[in-house]
Amino acid sequence: MNGNPYLFAAYAVTWIIHIAYISTIVSRYSRLKREISELKRRDVRS
Amino acid sequence: MKRAFPILGILTALLLSYALYQGLVVAPTEKTMGDVQRIFYYHVPSAWTAFILFFINFGASVVYLIKRNPAADIVALVCAEVGVVFCTVVLITGPIWARPVWGIWWTWDMRLTSTLVLWLIYVSYLFLRRFSSGGQTPTLAAALAVLGALCVPFVYFSIWFFRTQHPQPVMGGGGSIDPRMLHALLINWLAFSCFAYLVCWSRYRLEKLQRDVDEAHAMESLLDPQRSVR
Repeated sequence: MNGNPYLFAAYAVTWIIHIAYISTIVSRYSRLKREISELKRRDVRS
Repeated sequence: MKRAFPILGILTALLLSYALYQGLVVAPTEKTMGDVQRIFYYHVPSAWTAFILFFINFGASVVYLIKRNPAADIVALVCAEVGVVFCTVVLITGPIWARPVWGIWWTWDMRLTSTLVLWLIYVSYLFLRRFSSGGQTPTLAAALAVLGALCVPFVYFSIWFFRTQHPQPVMGGGGSIDPRMLHALLINWLAFSCFAYLVCWSRYRLEKLQRDVDEAHAMESLLDPQRSVR
């Protein structure tokens, strides 16, 4: 197999898209975890 | 269930690496297109995975419309979102393959145009879910998903019914394929299906958690309106 720029671009773009989407899931999950601990903290105080 | 996720994650990563090796090294180089044909090992499995996710979205939407089951609504949302990601991969890797083979990035042929329309339908579905507020949103989204799913067989069979520049189907198209190429293709499909399953699983858990938190916020504001204002 020779290094083909189109082949490299297609494979790279595929993984960039998937990694970008997974990053959004991870960031939404950490934001939600912060929200849950804030809710728990308020619940303990009350 | 919590322990199964990392194990499945590792197995999927190994399968994806094996599939990459099969696609780049083991599968023979195609005579006319050369190495650029190897894009097919990512492009075609991504398309098949997107179609399957859109069909699950259709099934879950029908279940939601009949039974108003919230779990079915979450499954529909998750499958549409992950399906759009895979469909995006298809719409980007296709033109990257077309440029050296056809000499153009894009042509308004039936397969390409119908895939773009399919992608736009599911992006509209996600916009509807994201920006519409009110109790009717899941019902409206489910109705849109049922109509959107009608486009999936049209996209798939468009190369059978219309004259198109797109290559004929790998299986059932009357042509033949080298067994090593077929093996690489099927392994990549299996790997991407496992990957899609894991992503859907994570996204399902996230959505369920999000709905629980929203419910907790609603309860909090009902019990103590003063504090929710603060």
